[in-house]
Amino acid sequence: MSELQLKDLYEGFRNPEVIEGLAKLINEEAKQLSHPINIMEVCGGHTHSIMKYGLPQLMPKNIKFIHGPGCPVCIMPKERIDHAYILSQQEDVILVTLGDMIKVPGSKGSLQDARARGADVRFVYSPLDVLKIAIENPEKKVIFFAIGFETTAPMTVALIDTVIKRGIKNIFFHINHVTVPEVMVELIDSRDEHVDSYNNRIDAFLGPSHVSVITGAKIYEKFPKEYNRPVVVSGFEPVDVMEAILMLVRQFNEQRCELEIQYKRLVSYEGNLKAQQLIEKYFEKADLFKWRGLGNIPESGYKLKNEYSELDAQIIYDDILPKEEIEDHKLCICGDILRGMANPPECTIFGTACKPSSPLGSCMVSSEGACAAYYKYGNLLK
Amino acid sequence: MTKYVTLAHGNGGEENNELISKVFYKAFENEILSKSEDAAVIHNGELAFSTDSFTVSPIFFPGGDIGKLAICGTCNDLAMMGAKPKYLTCSVIIEEGFAVRDLESIVRSMKKELEINGAIVVSGDTKVVPKGAVDKIFINTTGIGEIQQRGISSNNISQDDLILLSRDIGRHGATIFVAREGMDFGSSLQSDCASLYIQVKALMDAGIKITALRDATRGGVAAVLNEWAKQSNICIEVDEETIPVSSEVYGSCEMLGFEPLNLANEGTFVLAIPKEYALRALEVLHQFDNSSNAVAIGKVSDAYVGKVILNSSYGTKRFLDLPTGELLPRIC
Repeated sequence: MSELQLKDLYEGFRNPEVIEGLAKLINEEAKQLSHPINIMEVCGGHTHSIMKYGLPQLMPKNIKFIHGPGCPVCIMPKERIDHAYILSQQEDVILVTLGDMIKVPGSKGSLQDARARGADVRFVYSPLDVLKIAIENPEKKVIFFAIGFETTAPMTVALIDTVIKRGIKNIFFHINHVTVPEVMVELIDSRDEHVDSYNNRIDAFLGPSHVSVITGAKIYEKFPKEYNRPVVVSGFEPVDVMEAILMLVRQFNEQRCELEIQYKRLVSYEGNLKAQQLIEKYFEKADLFKWRGLGNIPESGYKLKNEYSELDAQIIYDDILPKEEIEDHKLCICGDILRGMANPPECTIFGTACKPSSPLGSCMVSSEGACAAYYKYGNLLK
Repeated sequence: MTKYVTLAHGNGGEENNELISKVFYKAFENEILSKSEDAAVIHNGELAFSTDSFTVSPIFFPGGDIGKLAICGTCNDLAMMGAKPKYLTCSVIIEEGFAVRDLESIVRSMKKELEINGAIVVSGDTKVVPKGAVDKIFINTTGIGEIQQRGISSNNISQDDLILLSRDIGRHGATIFVAREGMDFGSSLQSDCASLYIQVKALMDAGIKITALRDATRGGVAAVLNEWAKQSNICIEVDEETIPVSSEVYGSCEMLGFEPLNLANEGTFVLAIPKEYALRALEVLHQFDNSSNAVAIGKVSDAYVGKVILNSSYGTKRFLDLPTGELLPRIC
C-alpha cells in the first residue's frame, strides 16, 4: 500500500466533477425557489474560499452570497490596533501576535511599520511559541496580542494556563477575542443606536466551521428557531460549500428551517467541551466590544476575568492606552456591505482610495474581507 | 508611498515595484533600465549585464546555501536573456564573529556552481562589519554574459506564444519558511536552487525560437506572469490544474495559508515560446532532471489586457494578482 499523501485528504473536496455535479443540482433545484435567497457566509475563511474558487459564477441568478463579518483582523477597530502599536513602542516590551495582524493599519500605522521603526514585533504560528520567546528574553516583558474568534481563543487560554501553572512572570495578554453568534444576531435583529439592521437581506447562514469545532453547532440553534433563518455549518473546501448551499436550497424548497451540519467530519453538536471549559475558566464576556464597520455589540467579545488582572496588559498599561473611538472614512460603506445591503463595487472609494495596500475600511483589510476578496479575485469575471 | 521602508517593500510584488519605480527608476531613468528585463542588454545587443544581492536566513538550507544562491541567482538572470554567463564579481559583507569554516563552505558551493555555469569570478570585495550591522553574511554578485540568441524580451510576448513552466513550483519559498520558523514537518522538502543556463542552452541548440524567459524568484510565478502581462500589454490565461505543485509544498501552503504561485523559486523558470516551437521545447526540457515535469500552463489573449486569469477545471475564472505585503502565515 502506498503512503497516505496530503492530497488524498483534500482532493475529493476539490474534485471538479463533484463541484460541477453539485452546481447542476443547485441550479436545478433553485428553479423551484419561491423567492431569491441571499446566503451570508459569516466566516472570512468561507469568503476566501468562495472567491478563490469562483463559486458565485456557478450559482443561478436567484442565489447570492453576502460576505459576513467573520474576519477577526478586519473587524478590529483602529483604537485596538493602536493599543498594539503603542505597547510595541515600550522600551522593554516584545509584542507578539499572529501573522494575520502584522499588516493591519491603525491610526499610527501597522505593526509592520512599528517594526520598521525599531519596535520588537514578532509573529507566532502557535501562541505556545510565546513561552520560548519569554524564556529567551527574561529581562523583557512579552505581551501577547490575542486575536480571533472562538477558534483561536482556546490556544490563548492554553498559554494563560501554562503561564499561571509554571509561574512565568514576564508574559502578559491583550485580549481581543470575539464571538460569532452575537454579531449574527446584531446583523438581523438590531434596532439599537449601534447597528440598525432594518432592511437587512440575509435569508440564511453558512455557519463558520472551525468556530463550531470548538463551540459545537449548538450556538446556532436560536437562528432557525427564533429568527427564522436556516443555518448549515459548512466546511471550507469548494465541495463543502457547494453541498451546504444545496442543503440550504432544499430547506427552502421543503419549507424547513433548521440547523444542519455539513462539516460532520469535524463538527459535533456539543463541540470541544474541554476547550470550552478552559475558556470559561479564564475569560468572561465584555459588556460591549466595538466591531470596525459595525459599532459596539453587547457581549460579543472576551476579556480576562478580574482575578487574572495581573496578566492583563490593558489594565497594566491603562494610563498609556487611548480610549477614544476612531471612526472609519466617511465614504466607507463596510457596515452596509456586512449587512448585505450593498456590494463592494457600489462603494465610491472601492479600488480607488481604498485598496488592499492602503485599506480605509474593514472589508479591505485582509484577504478574507469582502472588498479585498473582490479586489483580488475580480468578481467582474463572468 | 509610505514614509518608511518595511519588509513588504522587498516582497517581489506590488510594494516592491512601487519602491523601485518611485525611488530608483525616477532617479536613474534611461532606455535600458526602463525595459525591466532580468538582465540589461548592452554593447549593441552582444552582452547581458545583471546584479543581485543575497541575504537569506538560514544561510544553509535543504537544497543549497547562500553561496550557491548567489551564483545561481545572477547566472540565471543572465541565462534568462539567452546569455552564457562569463564573468562575475563577488562582494561580501560579513558580520564580526562569523565562522571561517562556514565561510569556506559557502565559497566551495560558489566554486562548484561557477563550474556548472562555465563562469569565473574576476573581481571581488570583502567588508567586515560590527556585530548586528548585518545578519551573518550578505553577498552581492554581478555578472556579464554573452548573448547567444538575440531578441529575447519580456516586452514582446504576443498571442502567437504559449506559456510554459519548467517544473513544479514553490520549493524554495516553502523550504526557507519552514526552516526559518523551525517547523519540522518531517518532510523531504528541498529548495529548487539550481543553475538554469544548461537548459536554456539546450533549448537554443535545438533551434527553438524563444520569445521570453524569466526565473520565478521573489513573488513567484504570480509575479512573473503579472509583470509579463503588463510589459507586453497582453492577458495571460492560465489553467490552474496544469500547474505542478509537489505534495510537500502544497502541504506547507495548506498549513500556513500561502499560495504556491506566490512562493519564491530559485531554479524554476517561465517561458513564452511561439506555438509551433512549444512541443519541441517541452521535449528538450524533459531531458533534464529538474525540468522533467515541464508543462504548458496557459495562453495569451486579449480578454483583460495587463491581467492574469486563472481558469479552474470546473468553469470558473479569477484574477491572479501580484502578491502584496510581506508573506505571513494566515491563521485566523
